[in-house]
Amino acid sequence: MTSKMIRDYITSLVSKGIRDDGRKLLEYRKPMTVEYGVSPKSAEGSAKVQIGETEVVAGVKMEVMEPFPDSPDEGNLMVNVELLPLSNPEFELGPPGIEAIELARVVDRAIRESKCVDMKKLCIKKGEKVWTVVVDIYPLNDNGNLFDACALAALAAVKDAKFPHYDEKNDKIDYTKKTEKKLPIIELPASVTVLKIKDSFLIDPNYEETQIYDARLTVASLKDGTICALQKGGADSFTLEDIDKMIDIGIDKGKEFRKVLEK
Amino acid sequence: MYKKRNDGRKFDELRPIQAKTGVVKRADGSAMFKIGNTRAIAAVYGPRELHPKFLQNPEKGVLRCNYNMMGFSGAGERVRPGPNRRAKELSMVIEKSLTPVLDLTAYPNAVIDIFIELVETDAGTRCAAICAAAMALADAGIPMKDLVTAVSVGDAEGTLCLDINAYEDCDMGATDIPIAIMPRTGEVTLLQLDGKIKKEQLKEAIKMAIKGCKEIYEIQKKALKERYQNDK
Repeated sequence: MTSKMIRDYITSLVSKGIRDDGRKLLEYRKPMTVEYGVSPKSAEGSAKVQIGETEVVAGVKMEVMEPFPDSPDEGNLMVNVELLPLSNPEFELGPPGIEAIELARVVDRAIRESKCVDMKKLCIKKGEKVWTVVVDIYPLNDNGNLFDACALAALAAVKDAKFPHYDEKNDKIDYTKKTEKKLPIIELPASVTVLKIKDSFLIDPNYEETQIYDARLTVASLKDGTICALQKGGADSFTLEDIDKMIDIGIDKGKEFRKVLEK
Repeated sequence: MYKKRNDGRKFDELRPIQAKTGVVKRADGSAMFKIGNTRAIAAVYGPRELHPKFLQNPEKGVLRCNYNMMGFSGAGERVRPGPNRRAKELSMVIEKSLTPVLDLTAYPNAVIDIFIELVETDAGTRCAAICAAAMALADAGIPMKDLVTAVSVGDAEGTLCLDINAYEDCDMGATDIPIAIMPRTGEVTLLQLDGKIKKEQLKEAIKMAIKGCKEIYEIQKKALKERYQNDK
């Protein structure tokens, strides 16, 4: 629980265009980095992301399964976020709560709706066997802005992933043998969460800012400015001008997000 | 006869180790311990109030460990989320291996939580977890009689191997003997065994483990010292 005092303090700073940690409103924390292959032998792909003091790891595991009846020639994608009690004293053990579920679904949509993985190329035999890509995301240190950190980690892990060896005749995966074949990636999206505090907009909230915002909008977009997923959160409402501004910020800041991912 | 180890190590040689403390900023204490391709991260929270309340003990505090493998950390298929029987047992034995170095009577009604996450695994995960957890406790500034250090010794086709890897453990079916000690006194706080072994051979295995633990102990101490040298 964040006290009214902290809320008032942050709100008054933000209304003047400044922040507790010295950043501008539309500035990411530093360092903003991706480290690939943090679990190189175990996972098919993995990455650790740092945005300021927020750290998230993500890993990809691949399995061969039956396709869903409505997409017999496409692979499957599964995204899972676990809010580890290791990463934040407020988190508790147990099945995922609504916070973790929303996070996972927002990251899932950014990956799925941007069509960044060519799902048709994950088909092994139409109607019978397709690859399933499972992305597991774990915050290691939650210091705010898990939405963007989780998305960045997931995308980096997907980018890092290589197929394991698959013996089609015997329907067996040899996880110890990795091929050189990477996941078929078309274009990675950027995912930027814009926060509204009173009448101001800001990105990359630290922990306190994450606790006290009025509303947020997560904008996933492609290089050419196409929006591929949106998610509004928070109790406050938006005017149409708000939405317009927030989407512009989301797309614009997406360039920096993408730069980190493409490095 | 197992004549040459698959990864080229000597029979009494540990895999390369990395250890670091203070890896989880929000935690009261934390540590990373990597041995070969097994990497554990531990974070300590507490002593803090214990919930649910009926678990509180006015005479002494509770040490609570949670061991978890990340979904992508296994050698084969994805590890499904949530505690399975193995993870529950490991959490318990890790807890018991650490309890002897703490004085829990100092924390009535409170809990010390240790969360341990495995990022990558190649056998010896409970031992890596114990090494990381002990360092995290020390990093949290909790008074301890000693650190705790753990390593697994295997009996592969009659040959004792220090710090067995997944090939020796699973593919060769070595007898797996994880051992934790308090390195100053040499007292044993964890002892398990999976497989067949003669008593004489077991004695040798324990000796080998203690020798390995002493090496690990130096690495743990160094990591803790480094943290407080850099914190000036």
